[in-house]
Amino acid sequence: MQTVDIIVIGGGSAGMAAALSAKEQGIDSLLLLERDVELGGILQQCIHNGFGLQVFHEELSGPTFAQRLIDEMKAKDIAYRLQTTVLSIGADKTVTYVNPKEGYVTIQARAIILACGCFERSRGAISIPGTRPKGIYTAGTAQRYLNMENVLVGKRVFILGSGDIGLIMARRMTLEGAEVLGVAEIMPYSNGLMRNIVQCLEDFSIPLYLSHTIIDIQGKEQVEKVVIAKVDADRQVIKGTEKAFAVDTVLLSVGLIPDVNLAKGAGIQIDPFTKGAIVNDHLETTVKGIYACGNGLHVHDLVDFVTLEAKQAGRFAAQDLQETSCEQEMIKVVAAEGLQYVLPQRLNIKSREPVVFSFRVRQPHKRCVIECLDQDEVICTQQMRYALPAEMQRLTLRPEQLQKIHANVRIRVRDL
Amino acid sequence: MQDIVIIGAGITGCFLAHDLSKYQLKITVFDKENDVANATTMANSAIIHAGHDPKEGTLKAVLNQRGARMYPQICHDLQVEYQICGAYVVAHDEDEIQILKDLKKRADERGIDARFVSSKELLAQEPNVADEIIQALEIPQTAVVNPWQCATALMEEAVLNGVHLKLGSEVIGIDAFDDYFIVHTDQGEIMTKVIINAAGCGCEKIAAMIEDPSFHITYKKGEYFVLSKLAKDFVHHVIYPVPSKLGKGVLAVPTTHGNILLGPNNTVCESEDVSTTQNGMDTVRERLAYIVKNVPYGEIIRSYSGIRPSGNQGDFYIQPSQTYDRLLHVACIDSPGLASAPAISEYVIQKMVQPLLPLQPKMSYVRRKAPIVMEHLSVEEKNRFIRQNPAYGQIICKCENISYQEIVDAIHGPCGAKTIKAVKKRVRAGMGKCQGGICESAVAKILAKELQIPLADVLYDAPGSELGTEAKRCKR
Repeated sequence: MQTVDIIVIGGGSAGMAAALSAKEQGIDSLLLLERDVELGGILQQCIHNGFGLQVFHEELSGPTFAQRLIDEMKAKDIAYRLQTTVLSIGADKTVTYVNPKEGYVTIQARAIILACGCFERSRGAISIPGTRPKGIYTAGTAQRYLNMENVLVGKRVFILGSGDIGLIMARRMTLEGAEVLGVAEIMPYSNGLMRNIVQCLEDFSIPLYLSHTIIDIQGKEQVEKVVIAKVDADRQVIKGTEKAFAVDTVLLSVGLIPDVNLAKGAGIQIDPFTKGAIVNDHLETTVKGIYACGNGLHVHDLVDFVTLEAKQAGRFAAQDLQETSCEQEMIKVVAAEGLQYVLPQRLNIKSREPVVFSFRVRQPHKRCVIECLDQDEVICTQQMRYALPAEMQRLTLRPEQLQKIHANVRIRVRDL
Repeated sequence: MQDIVIIGAGITGCFLAHDLSKYQLKITVFDKENDVANATTMANSAIIHAGHDPKEGTLKAVLNQRGARMYPQICHDLQVEYQICGAYVVAHDEDEIQILKDLKKRADERGIDARFVSSKELLAQEPNVADEIIQALEIPQTAVVNPWQCATALMEEAVLNGVHLKLGSEVIGIDAFDDYFIVHTDQGEIMTKVIINAAGCGCEKIAAMIEDPSFHITYKKGEYFVLSKLAKDFVHHVIYPVPSKLGKGVLAVPTTHGNILLGPNNTVCESEDVSTTQNGMDTVRERLAYIVKNVPYGEIIRSYSGIRPSGNQGDFYIQPSQTYDRLLHVACIDSPGLASAPAISEYVIQKMVQPLLPLQPKMSYVRRKAPIVMEHLSVEEKNRFIRQNPAYGQIICKCENISYQEIVDAIHGPCGAKTIKAVKKRVRAGMGKCQGGICESAVAKILAKELQIPLADVLYDAPGSELGTEAKRCKR
């Protein structure tokens, strides 16, 4: 069986960044596997701009951002295979994949980096009542049809969920001549980035119905009508608030879920909240030598943060392979008051490097402080003018702060 | 002039077409849907009930028992999925145990294996059954099939043996003459000696085109949830509550491909309305709690509903028309219609077709060649196929591991897939956790290429469900 030092699964921004960073650390025996016909992942269909401010310090479109990484992959001569689907990975770090040229192949890795991305929550998963005609798409599918295949899937559109892809598609379909009649969001606040609410909805006078959801989709061959209604604080439909829209298309932007199919097969533990793997401060999963990063670990808002995180994963995977002994004392990281989750969920307090926590708040806050506590002692704080659930926050703990920790770390948000 | 026109390409029509294709007859099948098995056959519980349930003296009792015994050989010959999973009918109190005893007696009389199991034994087999259950009746021979795969395979073999299949053709009128009929469809007309009305929910409408119907159909809707394969260990047997006047009740059913079905409820509707409803889905959840616990609702990937054409006489209505003896009604095929289907076909042919037409067996009969399913092969076999045709190594649907070439094969089969939904039914592309979110555009592109049509014109299902419009034309 062929042996490779590091196998990276997924050739989107996360996979490429992880591979590049491992290469920088001196790993030459590297192989990246990508199921599509080109590298770049979902960025290739994100033709809008707004990418790259953190990583390249300029504003790029998705394909341009992807191309920068692709060019670097080629310049650094990193091996990759296209049209290659990984079917399974083992806890022993074997990887089985298939492609048209090689057929089914199993190879042995010393370390694996999972950069498998995420998928969109479907209509079925949220059980919207009604018929099942043509015209109900996740926003990303409609985006792929439009931006990659030049097919506009509808002319009169209603969007459920204010996730970023839905907002981007509201603008995109409007620009292509479709009429977007509204966006319904079940929460009392938007789930997308503020800039997208302004640039994609307000600038085009598309109404956003907060605390509303779709209660019925009707149509025989094609969607003909959607009915929305207001919901109360417990997300229960309020009778008498129904509103019908004659549309031919419903787009869903109701959440992204990390693709952990391969991770589960290898016995990696999954965080019930992020729905991605549980990782330590080296982004290593609960199976030694298997790392996870990007949207396949937890869903990010910005590709820049995906890239930065993946670079860390690549570097850690390389370092862990190169260093034979590494002192470890693992503690748990807990998402406390007001937080949905915190990553990493495990932390080595012997680490000599700063640790970046990623987290999301449960509800919007104005003027608040993020606190990192060891039991009741505050180790580190960060004040914020506002914090929104739609925007992932980051907090860095320095090595000297790490040394102060005795028990488990808790991170919480407190209003000022 | 046709010998037989079959109206309806559901499981009943497909069995009839298949079984009749063995004789020297000219046969045409019409269906208003754009694919076979596209209505009731596509939305049911997929169970081959052993036959313990229908009341003695009914056609349902006779045909269900016979059908259940015919399925293993038929599925083996067609190389389609058939899986004996067994079933438990579960009881909560003495009244329900009495019903179990009646079922057991009926099963014994019919030679159907059935035995009582204690709640302890049951829990050892099925840890997720409800705590309140005190006893169960095990029916080990209960099986599941993939109804639309079975129907498609039957129709493929029928087509290979000369049956004309006209999909997307709605029968809009029938004229009767001395010894033939003219059947009018929205696509044209045809003359035939015999008509078999196997139109499912449409049987009464078809009858009403030519006579005063001697049966009445009530549309009964059943709504279901589908769980992803990650929930495949939730139950391994069919779990039935004790039957009531309302039917078999809300069940938990393992499928042949590792998903779990939960449902159906049972509501009467005015029309063939296949909406799912909040009420219906709430009812399913509520009733499920009666038979199972720890339901992994987080793994729901789809909900659907099907309409069962329920007869007013409490039984299948399988009789020649009272006006025209050459018009054969195969109507009111609600549960256990799937389980009975092969026996219904046999019964119709022997009792009703034979007196009307000479049944001369064909000199040669072509067996269907089952499509290649990569998932079922060994690594060596897979690699052999990929060497011959690399497209077997290009995965399109990564939830179900379906290759490019398997989709191409499905499009060019004898009863080929012409729509996104038809591809999904044949090879399962889009039936996984992402529900086609990732692969649908790739499937549509393959359809466009193979059917030589613009991508925007690819159909999801019936005409009117075109993918969209070309966004912009680039000037070069």
